[in-house]
Amino acid sequence: MNHDKAVKEWDLIIEPNTSIFQLSLRDLWRYRDLLLLLVKRDFISFYKQTILGPLWFFLQPLFTTLIYVIIFSKLAGISTDSLPSPLFYMVGIVAWNYFADCLTKTSTIFRDNATMFGKVYFPRLIMPLSVVLSNLVKFGVQLILLLLLFLYYILFRDFVPATNIYILFFPVAVLIMAAFGLASGLIISALTTKYRDLSFLVSFGVQLLMYATPVIYPLSRVPEKYKWLISINPMSGIFEAIRYGLLGKGTFDWSIIAYSAAVTVILLITGILVFNKVEKNFVDTV
Amino acid sequence: MSIAIKVEQLSKIYRLGEFGTGTLSYDLQRWFARMRGKEDPYLTIGEINDRMVKGSDVVYSLLDINFEIEQGDAVGIIGRNGAGKSTLLKILSRITSPTAGRIHLRGRVASLLEVGTGFHPELTGKENIYLNGAIMGMRKREIDGRLDEIIDFSGVERYIDTPVKRYSSGMYVRLAFAVAAHLESEILIVDEVLAVGDSEFQKKCLGKMGEVSKGEGKTVLFVSHNMAAIKSLCSSGIYLQNGALNKTGEITEIIKSYLNNTIKTDNEGLIPEGSSTYYTGVARYKKLKIINHSGDRTSLYYRAPIKIYAEIESKEEIEDAVLDLRISNREGFQVVHCSNIYENGKEKEAAIHKGINKIEVVIENLLQPGSYSLTPGIHLKDGLSLDYVENILDFEVLKIADGNEQDLVYNWDMGIIRLNSDWKVYGQQ
Repeated sequence: MNHDKAVKEWDLIIEPNTSIFQLSLRDLWRYRDLLLLLVKRDFISFYKQTILGPLWFFLQPLFTTLIYVIIFSKLAGISTDSLPSPLFYMVGIVAWNYFADCLTKTSTIFRDNATMFGKVYFPRLIMPLSVVLSNLVKFGVQLILLLLLFLYYILFRDFVPATNIYILFFPVAVLIMAAFGLASGLIISALTTKYRDLSFLVSFGVQLLMYATPVIYPLSRVPEKYKWLISINPMSGIFEAIRYGLLGKGTFDWSIIAYSAAVTVILLITGILVFNKVEKNFVDTV
Repeated sequence: MSIAIKVEQLSKIYRLGEFGTGTLSYDLQRWFARMRGKEDPYLTIGEINDRMVKGSDVVYSLLDINFEIEQGDAVGIIGRNGAGKSTLLKILSRITSPTAGRIHLRGRVASLLEVGTGFHPELTGKENIYLNGAIMGMRKREIDGRLDEIIDFSGVERYIDTPVKRYSSGMYVRLAFAVAAHLESEILIVDEVLAVGDSEFQKKCLGKMGEVSKGEGKTVLFVSHNMAAIKSLCSSGIYLQNGALNKTGEITEIIKSYLNNTIKTDNEGLIPEGSSTYYTGVARYKKLKIINHSGDRTSLYYRAPIKIYAEIESKEEIEDAVLDLRISNREGFQVVHCSNIYENGKEKEAAIHKGINKIEVVIENLLQPGSYSLTPGIHLKDGLSLDYVENILDFEVLKIADGNEQDLVYNWDMGIIRLNSDWKVYGQQ
């Protein structure tokens, strides 16, 4: 009992870290203002540094959609589940971009912030979280573009979207996507402090992963014997569910969603613990 | 008074070679070689492994440090480069964690190891105040409350809505320090950040730090090589040597023992290997001695030009070396700087050859009687230093002029340097 009292007298005790479960989540909460300011910083610096500013948010998915329509739809003739191909692709591209940004940008968090991490303490987890939030803003802006494309098809092309109640699942899908990207990014960021060449693998790997996810093709067109392979990917079910809610095509299966969510949660916990462990002595290794 | 910081048996170890080779492919090759029973392909080459053979793969940056600091104290941390000052500050600021021991802290800690951490060039001054403040642990509303004060202190009010990329470096530093000076904390840790900025601003910073420690009763920890600054700000000191605590106590005592305790040349002027304060491995001073001494090896007659003989050992040909000598007084204040370039208004670098180079320097001696220390240095023209050895040679300027039998009768204690002056006195005629 006496010992407890003695401990309470001090505001902070710095010790060699014995437990990897020491997360200091309270600290994280105390620094919430920093999180928002970092998001603001990212946004301001992005539109100040570019000539076209936030227009870039639109141009990138617009042109990618255009190219996909030409190559995958017109040239290769890959089915888009009887949906207008621009709509089909743009849903996939916008969602995939968000996931990919969350992953690649958090995976370089230590390298990008090495000098700052070496000079000042704040809960390091703030940085990857700010990346996820910053990209959420960008994602939100891109959703407007998607909405415009939707309106265009409804008003001028007599397209009747089969949007249904499962659109309510959309925010949850985004959350899982962000968490999965964040978790993978955290694990990679921790590994790259030891193996720097892993970072070369990331952008390449994310590109490959896109082809293993039903982004530019519907799961329904995957040959039966390869379907299991695509379904292992926790992102597959999420993308199918997003498309089902918005466009009425795809599959919505609670057991697949549960699988994706479970994998994400496990990966996220692992990611945070690994990140937390590396973070403590990262400065010594640079 | 209560204790603000209590450090118990603190140690920090850096391991060399523990982290593998750094790339995955190398590690895979090593693993594959081991699997086949062959020897590690990366074990036989490179110097890193030499170091491991010698058994020094563990480096103690700090070893068993114990001290207590009372609330409201201003404490200077002194030591040569590599003594562990930065490591101690980094552990106190929670940037890295200790290997053993613990630190108890009472109150919030604000540490200033660098000014302007996280400043973004595209953001305006005001936006950067918020960002920088938040990085250092302030809540938004705390900054709101102190915004006017911060802007006022920084003196860049006119440009507060301009992106900081348009600021001069002086304005940048002013703004950054202003944020740091207004952190709400009970303990303030400051590394040698005041080396930047002009002297007027440095004075303002030191003044603010003094105000913070004396007026507001905050505990201040201050690292600097500027003994004069430490002396004016701090009341007590901690002297670190090779990662261990050498001495704690009253600041003038600590400074004195630091200046006395550094390595000195021997009778032949030989500088022990490894005593360089900073050394890149290219060229270093091997010898330094005063050759026109008064008989006692290290004392000079009043006004006698200082004649110095030195030897530099170089591993390379250096085309444009800048050699210099700094003279500091007992308080650690640098009094004189002499260098081979810009001498007589001309810019001429010295060419250093491979092997031993002999150097003779004659310095005009305008020093007042007293004790001084010499710091020789080798630099490149672009400002890069190759070697310098802080306070390696002590000498004394006597109160006797050459050829005189007794002390001069003038008042000796005025100033540090006595400049030549020409006096004409006219009567009333």
